[in-house]
Amino acid sequence: MSAPTDRWICSFSLLLFCVASLPMLGKANLLQELGPQEYFNSLQAGRASLAFFSHNVSPSAQPFLDQIENSVEALQDYGISVVKVNCPKEDVSRYCGKENALRKAYLFRGNILLREFPTDALFDVNSIVANVLFALLFNEVKYVETLADLQNIENSLKGRSNMVFAYVPATGTAEHRAVMEAAFVYGTDHQFVLTTEATLVKDPGNDDPDASSARLLFCHCQRGTELAQPCRRTPMEQPLTLLNIHRHLKLMGAPLVTEVAEDPEKVSTVHLQLGLPLVFILSQKETYEADRRTAEFVAWQLLGKAGVAILPRDVVDLNVLLRSNVALKTPDEGVPIKYLVLEDTDEVITLVEDKSKFEQMQEDEDEEEEDEKENDNQDIQDDQVVEAVSRDRKRELPLEQILTLTEETFPSATLEPARVVVLFYASWEAVSLAVLRSYVEVADLLKGTQGILLSKVNCWDWPGVCTKENITQFPTIKIYQKGGRSLTYNGMLGAEELARFIVLSQVSCPLKLATVDEAEGYLRGELPPELSSYHHASVLGVFSKATSVAREAFVEAGNILSGHVTLGIYFEDDALALSRKYAVSPPALLLARSRAQSVEGIALSKQSAHDIVQMIRYELLDTFPEITVQNLPHYLQLGRPFLIMFSNGDIGQMESKEMLKLAKRRPQQAFVTCWLNLKNTPVGHGILKAYFATLPSLPVLVWVNLHTGGQVFRFPPDQSVTETNVLSWLEKLKAGLEIPSSTLSEEEWKPPLPAYNFLQMMETTVPEFTLHPSYSHGDTQEQQQPGSSEEKAPVREEQPEEPGMTAEKGQSPGRDLRGTAPRLAGREKRHSEL
Amino acid sequence: LSVALCAGTVRCAMASGASLRRDYCVIGAGPSGLQMAYFLQRAGRDYVVFERGHAPGSFFALYPRHRKLISINKQYTGKSNSEFNLRHDWNSLLSHDRRLLFRRYSGDFFPHADTMVRYLEDFASLLELQVQYNTAIIHVTLDADPQAWNGHYFVLMDQNRQKYKCSSLLVATGTWVPNVVNFPGSEYVEGYETVSINPEDFAGQTVLILGRGNSAFETAENILGVTNFIHMVSRSRVRLSWATHYVGDLRAINNGLLDTYQLKSLDGLLEGDLEDLAIVKDKKGKLHITLRYYLENRNTSAGIDSITLPQDELDNFATRAPYDRVIRCLGWKFDFAIYNRSLRLMPGKGNKNKYPQIKPSYESRGTRGLFVLGTASHSVDFRKSAGGFIHGFRYTTRAVHRLLENRHHGVPWPSTVYPITQLTNSIIKRVNEASGLYQMFSVLADIILLRENATAFEYLEEYPVGVLAELETQTGRKAANGLFVIVMEYGRNFSGADKDVFYYNRAVGEAQHAWQSNFLHPVIYYYKHLPTEREMRLRPPDWPLPRPDAIHHIVEDFLTDWTAPNAHILPLRRFLENCLGTDLRNFFAESCFLFAFTRQKLPPFCQQGYVRMQGLVGTKRLQGHAVEAGLLENYTSTDFAGDRLLGSREESQEQLLQDHAMPVRPLQHLVNAKDE
Repeated sequence: MSAPTDRWICSFSLLLFCVASLPMLGKANLLQELGPQEYFNSLQAGRASLAFFSHNVSPSAQPFLDQIENSVEALQDYGISVVKVNCPKEDVSRYCGKENALRKAYLFRGNILLREFPTDALFDVNSIVANVLFALLFNEVKYVETLADLQNIENSLKGRSNMVFAYVPATGTAEHRAVMEAAFVYGTDHQFVLTTEATLVKDPGNDDPDASSARLLFCHCQRGTELAQPCRRTPMEQPLTLLNIHRHLKLMGAPLVTEVAEDPEKVSTVHLQLGLPLVFILSQKETYEADRRTAEFVAWQLLGKAGVAILPRDVVDLNVLLRSNVALKTPDEGVPIKYLVLEDTDEVITLVEDKSKFEQMQEDEDEEEEDEKENDNQDIQDDQVVEAVSRDRKRELPLEQILTLTEETFPSATLEPARVVVLFYASWEAVSLAVLRSYVEVADLLKGTQGILLSKVNCWDWPGVCTKENITQFPTIKIYQKGGRSLTYNGMLGAEELARFIVLSQVSCPLKLATVDEAEGYLRGELPPELSSYHHASVLGVFSKATSVAREAFVEAGNILSGHVTLGIYFEDDALALSRKYAVSPPALLLARSRAQSVEGIALSKQSAHDIVQMIRYELLDTFPEITVQNLPHYLQLGRPFLIMFSNGDIGQMESKEMLKLAKRRPQQAFVTCWLNLKNTPVGHGILKAYFATLPSLPVLVWVNLHTGGQVFRFPPDQSVTETNVLSWLEKLKAGLEIPSSTLSEEEWKPPLPAYNFLQMMETTVPEFTLHPSYSHGDTQEQQQPGSSEEKAPVREEQPEEPGMTAEKGQSPGRDLRGTAPRLAGREKRHSEL
Repeated sequence: LSVALCAGTVRCAMASGASLRRDYCVIGAGPSGLQMAYFLQRAGRDYVVFERGHAPGSFFALYPRHRKLISINKQYTGKSNSEFNLRHDWNSLLSHDRRLLFRRYSGDFFPHADTMVRYLEDFASLLELQVQYNTAIIHVTLDADPQAWNGHYFVLMDQNRQKYKCSSLLVATGTWVPNVVNFPGSEYVEGYETVSINPEDFAGQTVLILGRGNSAFETAENILGVTNFIHMVSRSRVRLSWATHYVGDLRAINNGLLDTYQLKSLDGLLEGDLEDLAIVKDKKGKLHITLRYYLENRNTSAGIDSITLPQDELDNFATRAPYDRVIRCLGWKFDFAIYNRSLRLMPGKGNKNKYPQIKPSYESRGTRGLFVLGTASHSVDFRKSAGGFIHGFRYTTRAVHRLLENRHHGVPWPSTVYPITQLTNSIIKRVNEASGLYQMFSVLADIILLRENATAFEYLEEYPVGVLAELETQTGRKAANGLFVIVMEYGRNFSGADKDVFYYNRAVGEAQHAWQSNFLHPVIYYYKHLPTEREMRLRPPDWPLPRPDAIHHIVEDFLTDWTAPNAHILPLRRFLENCLGTDLRNFFAESCFLFAFTRQKLPPFCQQGYVRMQGLVGTKRLQGHAVEAGLLENYTSTDFAGDRLLGSREESQEQLLQDHAMPVRPLQHLVNAKDE
């Protein structure tokens, strides 16, 4: 048997090679196109060809033609040519004439018509190859429909040859094609039998078969001669592909037990070549016959999973324990042979099976480990605020200074004569708790300040209050003043900023000044003493009595800026005189910065409160500010590039002077000139680290396009910082002559880590929910669950609004008892203990 | 003159034959009718409530017969959150008046039914609800009119033949018609409605109870100690509410008979279809159980002796002992009789036939503008959620009112707009305190509608999830940019009559296994587009919603407190981040400052806070903690002298912020510049 097999294997391998390599040769159009006359003349005896007749290609035939073209190569491997026969228009011969014939393909062997195929049976390459080979191998592959047919064939084969029995759920499938292709190669060695009846493969002892999947069984009929006994079967456990069938048949064809007479290390068998282990039964001379039977027994058990060899110990000198009776050689290179002492054949089998299981498990574990690694950080907190707060959670906050309000106490508290500051927060929310800690510091800062009451409301305890006060964000800080008016804090959530706001907002804004003296004093910064430490600039609005529109807008602007800026208003008769002093006429703003001694007069051209607010904010910006974490947002809002000097400590006088000159140049609006003191703002180190690979020598002057393009330019360190140098450098920048030292990342803020993919996890266990997206497969859902949903489907159709009730209906208890009196009795008989 | 004299009085209108016009008519001043009246009153709508009794809650004046309500009235929860506390107050109606909390009326965990009557009276009078008592609506018809809100008016007629013309009809009549089974001998059966509640009347008697609901067990409980024994027969097996998580099933407070049955103390339960039953009375007045099947062959003229009893054939037949009394406790059904056929108010199918058919929006399937409220609306969530009970329908009634406000008055569903940074917070807040979501799990859902570019979102509370597809028309809100749906759910295969709900490891603790949570827990569905009606219709059985684009379960919690930063909030944030494709972390102002100088784009928290001058400065101590955690770099302590590479010390920090804090691509431009 082995000689012809080898030949077949050779040709098979060649075939595989062809199949594999042909498509790579390029997609040359191998579809021959001939006229009918030419075609019939070209037919050679014994050669098969598949022909398709057409007048001109109708669009409906095009998909079919594409598939035919795709299968040309595959069919050529089996010596079948594919021809498209172009019928002349007037042709009315047998194949061209009939309209009907044009919707068919014809298989000829020589000039004999073997089979007509309706084109809809040839829907893809698999179906074309499968059906054509099926027709050609009519004798080699028996098709059976009943168990009796199968048994007849089986009986007729007994003692003669083996049988390959395949079940495919439908013809024309990839599995069907694989079986037919295998039959083309092995058809003369084994009898191929094909069925599409699932019942024929159902093994009575084994209720597992999943009817939907194709199966292939190798039936060892050559060995069995007893008619009563069915042939021994070895199922193929891999999916039905040509390669797997080839492998399986090769394994079945290998000798059951290989006789070995050399060093096991050197032995190689089909099994090892195919990646399966080889079990050696180490035999003693005295027990050889028994050992051989054992080996055969084991071999049957392991058929298709491992090879079995018998090695007489007296033939080879083995350097192993005399007691060892079994050896295991794995296909993995470099793994030494394992010698074992086993007592039972079962142990041999478990040895092999566990090994494969073990490997499987290891693979799974590896995957799991990878998964875990991937998601390792998912449950680690990466929010700095949340983590900082939770690390601080055990510390008891000194809340003595802060009144805790409740739903009951809140209304009365806000009516207190004192100004009541209320922090609305949620006790589970991290930002709230961070602010609460700053709030405690505010309480310290304001200790002893009269007329201010600090309090808090936990919205988790008292949602009613928070809803009523329209708290939509956690945290929110409000100041309740006399008369029920309230002011919402919208500044930086830091202790100093908040304390400053609370103090400054005590003064009415704008403060009405009655005399010119008062106004002058105000501009000099003469304020109530408790304000002085928080105050940095005074703005005085000067209005003539007539300009009420502007004045009202200014008052409104004052309300908005309350707590942030100190505003005064003067609109007495001599307002004109006051403003004249500062070279403006009312309506005007007089601006007194605390550091500069001068008072600036600005004409008030804006009429709306909002515009006035913007204007005051803008005017209060420093010309050459020291940028800090707290004030950056004010300058960011201008939307301009930054010319910023990083300095470790105060900047030198010379640089400072030159920079100020630069800053004062109009149009300075084009960019923000500023500096950063690394001592006050150490995070500046982080900025430099991002801009430059190494820390540059300080001070360093940098131009950053924060809003457009993000380029960072460094002022050449070899030049001195003078107005002229910087200006000419800036000119070069604009001209594109300088090279940026770096560019700010444009990257979006993506989720830092993936989320748990519950949808995917559910997919495996709750497929009815997740497998079929209902919008595209709503109808197939019912088809794909035959049996289980059969009775549910109509119900669902009937009551689409209540998908949940279907299940209940089906199993409604007691329903089966309806109207069957004896069964009620019968049922109770079972409960006769009652 | 006569017109002038009687103008405005009902009697006069009756005399003139005219009907009174109202925008909203509510039938029934029980809990749901009053609840609806409250919302209509607050919205300033034109409405009236018709009540057949002389006071509200006439059902509660009679039932339950044994006067103990089985809805819990928890005095203390350890929390002051009024919304949260409503989760454990199953009797109060919703109102702004804090006097109208049920715990102020009764200290009993299971209050007396009279207290409920008193409560409802107070609710109607304190809130000055417009209830017309002693008005029994006996017939409802339609009067087609294209001008009407719904294309027709509802014409209601009371016992005095007075007619009322209503634009919208709200049926809050509950289920009050007793379920009756007819079988040979059913005339010997006493009804729950009239049976004596004095245990002494049952002393030494043998009693058979038909039915297996709370009323049956309540009746049994009352007489358990004085009867010879009680048998209980019904078609279905007993369903224990602690196993099914459905409050309408048998509550532990009533289940004393189960104890005595299982301890073989003579009482017992058996299953059988009541329609197969027959009762025969013997000469001594004892009642014998037989089967209809035997009676069909009987000689009608002969007496009791000629009737085959099951024990004649089967001498150990379970119910062979004769009974002194048979009591029917089979529950109630909706009164369909008063509605004209044109209203097409049909009974539901299967076990929901005691309720009228309605849509998940609580509107009748047959008539536009007719809404069913309260117990009668339970078909939406029968045997699932709490829609048939006060603690559930007080929320569904509010939902109906919101639908009506949008439909008839152009008042869109109330919503709040928040910046995206509040997304995690708003969900955590609601799942921790919201009572409507909790009681009406899988029926009412909070909806988050995303605004364009996901910089803000709109939050809608307690929308009926069954009409999710109609969200835009029903609420007047737009859902163009994707949405989150927040519901509460029990584990899919956890609850049920046959399930062991006490098995080991029933609770899930790990956030990553949250989807296997068994107890009630929040679930968030994410949809890029509003599901269509077809998708809603084809959703899998037992699922409240169709397949989402992503789903998140917050792991069940023993304390139902979902505020743990790492187990609850962090995984939720990751889910939201991944749905929106953004970074929702919080940052201290210093980090935002760094990002502002080193990145062209800022995370939402910095964008919406710091840049608007509302940065989170934090305290030194907190920053220290963040530095310790490796989430913030301490630049003050780093040695920056010399020109060695910066920052090699803080390894963990490097790793964590490598994506974000080292954003600069240095020197790439050199290459380009050279080319130029």
